[in-house]
Amino acid sequence: MQQSQTTAAEMAATPVLSISDLRITLPEGADRPYAVDRVSFDLFPGRILCVVGESGSGKSMSANAMMGLLPEGVRAASGRITLGETDLLKLPEEAMYQVRGRRIGMIFQEPMSALNPLMRVSAQIEEVFEAHGLLGPAARRARALELLTEVGLPDPERAARSYPFQLSGGQRQRVVIAMALALEPEVLIADEPTTALDVTTQAQILELIQTLQRDRDMAVMFITHDFGVVAEIADHVAVMQLGRVVEEGDAESVLTRPQHPYTQKLIAAIPTLSARGDTAQARAPLMTVEALCKTYTLGGGLFRKVKRVEAVKDISVTIGRGETLGIVGESGSGKSSLGRCLVRLQDPESGRILLEGEDMAALEGKALRAARRRVQMIFQDPYASLNPRIRVGRAIADGPIAYGTDPRQALERAAELLEIVGLGAGAANRFPHEFSGGQRQRIGIARALALEPELIVADEAVSALDVSIQAQVLDLLAELKQSLGLTLVFITHDLRVAAQICDRVMVMQKGRCVEIGTGAEIFETPKDPYTRSLIEAIPGRAYEAGRA
Amino acid sequence: MKDFAKSFARNRGAVLGIVILVLVLGLTLAAPLLFPRSPWSIVQRPFLPPLSVPGFPLGTDTLGRDLASGLAHGAYVSLMVGLISTVVSLAIGVPLGAAAGYFGGWVDDGLMRITEFFQVIPAFAFAVVLVAIFQPSITSIVIAIALVSWPPVARLLRGEVMSLRTREFIEAAELSGQSGLTIIWRQILPNTLSPVIVLASMMVATAILTESALSFMGLGDPNVMSWGYMIGAGRTVIRQAWWISFFPGLAILLTVLAFNLIGEGLNDVLNPRLSKRRS
Repeated sequence: MQQSQTTAAEMAATPVLSISDLRITLPEGADRPYAVDRVSFDLFPGRILCVVGESGSGKSMSANAMMGLLPEGVRAASGRITLGETDLLKLPEEAMYQVRGRRIGMIFQEPMSALNPLMRVSAQIEEVFEAHGLLGPAARRARALELLTEVGLPDPERAARSYPFQLSGGQRQRVVIAMALALEPEVLIADEPTTALDVTTQAQILELIQTLQRDRDMAVMFITHDFGVVAEIADHVAVMQLGRVVEEGDAESVLTRPQHPYTQKLIAAIPTLSARGDTAQARAPLMTVEALCKTYTLGGGLFRKVKRVEAVKDISVTIGRGETLGIVGESGSGKSSLGRCLVRLQDPESGRILLEGEDMAALEGKALRAARRRVQMIFQDPYASLNPRIRVGRAIADGPIAYGTDPRQALERAAELLEIVGLGAGAANRFPHEFSGGQRQRIGIARALALEPELIVADEAVSALDVSIQAQVLDLLAELKQSLGLTLVFITHDLRVAAQICDRVMVMQKGRCVEIGTGAEIFETPKDPYTRSLIEAIPGRAYEAGRA
Repeated sequence: MKDFAKSFARNRGAVLGIVILVLVLGLTLAAPLLFPRSPWSIVQRPFLPPLSVPGFPLGTDTLGRDLASGLAHGAYVSLMVGLISTVVSLAIGVPLGAAAGYFGGWVDDGLMRITEFFQVIPAFAFAVVLVAIFQPSITSIVIAIALVSWPPVARLLRGEVMSLRTREFIEAAELSGQSGLTIIWRQILPNTLSPVIVLASMMVATAILTESALSFMGLGDPNVMSWGYMIGAGRTVIRQAWWISFFPGLAILLTVLAFNLIGEGLNDVLNPRLSKRRS
């Protein structure tokens, strides 16, 4: 450490870790022979290298190779990963124990699964020292507490005694960071550490990583798919596509003057936070929601108190025919609960949902089935929302068949719909697993359209997709909306996406509507402090302003 | 289907299981041709050791009946009881479990209490009582075995259905206006097929054992030769004539083993994640 301070300038020129010509082979039968193909990059102390790419580009694979944690059947075929003087690829497993944690620390995407749910936070951090045979029990405990303080947990003593499930997502990620930093590694690998977090939490975690990295003069490899995050923290950027680094350079030049067409495409696909021109027109109301409330009751028994969570509190809104209403908010804001109440996947507690005068909230049985036909939903997870054992065409036709359409006719219509969403009629005979995430989401859209609904609720319909795919699906939705005269309720946590396609936006916090207005009103002149904090937390805003 | 056969064939144990099962099946089908006489008829001197007299490779029992003939005719009972009682218990357990898992609430409570009622009685003792009440016959044995072995099926189905129930594709089906029964039949049941198949193959093995045990205790169908009865009949003279109990015992062992191996193999193929870990 001391040495690094004396010759900081000199050190900056020599990489702590360098990957050269790395090639990782995939098992036979994979879609390409190499997960990572002749990739080279260097990590410098005190610098953050952002590795950007879409899913399947090999960015996480290269990180796993550095930690010696490649999945079974996948191995590094050639190339070198040098940390100081040693080639990590040639190191035996026992020697790798000394490298992991001590010289290279790692932060994962999903903090909940990175932590042991049955162990107190403090014990998990102490375990890091124990595994490396460092310090005595008392010293370990003291050090764990210090680390928790350092990563900015409010009330670190209480956090140390907590189990992971008692902490929020952001707090858990802070604990994971504390664990990664416990042994003061020279290199920190962060694999999509903020993807699972809300925008405001994401901003805090990014700041934390940046501060820690600066204080400790660490080299950071930050893997992300989000160019906003890149603009926020990167010193260097490497863009990966299909296992290759297609562009590399310092952050500024890559972001402002991208050379490779793929980088240009990725950057162009980022939705911008400028509201659409289309302002409020007079529209005939299609659905009117009046004072809707939904409360979940948890637990409760002979000796336990019932816990009540008010997911949706007194929401009133009118959705005009042909309009796109965006509902934005962080996780736990009740936006999904509201959406599910609108289609009656959940029963609201009080309030009315008037679909052209008919109260959907009060319908049961047959009447509900009839009304439901007019309101359909597109789901978040394109993998979970299709039955793996049913052919796509049949999955789309199932709805109309249930309403009494002749099966042959329904299947023909399904093929047409697949054509409309851009998959081609041939897709009807295939199973869902043969399609990529974006294609599956198109199938989901076709299924929602099959019943010829008037209103479609899209619950985080593009959140699970890569940016470029996201852009395509959003375009498709906008196009269909135009040609079929649909009304859309678009639920998202991503304000940029909301800005891009919504006419009006409702911001929700803790079950309440804090602000509702046209896109321009919300994004350009937000009135509520919460809306403002959400907009400020969006990563890469300065960069976007420069780009516009 | 081709992939299925291929990865199944990779498991040597499973292939061995199939081979044994095919042999047993062949024996069952060929029994009336190979041994046209009734297995109950006395054909030779009693206590004839194996291979001592040509034409009686496994020897004779305490009354001079041909053991080989008994073995061949007994295979039919074992297989039939095993398969039919499994089918019957699936027919009871699958709908009950699926309904409990899908509808939840009081339906679940009610059905699960019934299931527990059957579970708290030791299975074999219950089967003995049932057969004793109904008079021993093939039908009563099948019914008794089915009645004691459906609770695990219902439990398995309930768990599977409960976890599938919350999946998005089920919600999507609900939204598209499909009724509860359609959803269970078209969307949920096909997805529970693999664990049910695996469980069923193991259940056949257990049913064969139960049937043998019942026959051993003298509760078998008095008109049908079965392996369990043969062991039971030979048990008093096991020190003088080991072969009388040994060969039917070996037959039960191999058949049960075959079903277990096949079950394991199916489990490997149908749960790819497990099989990968093993290799």
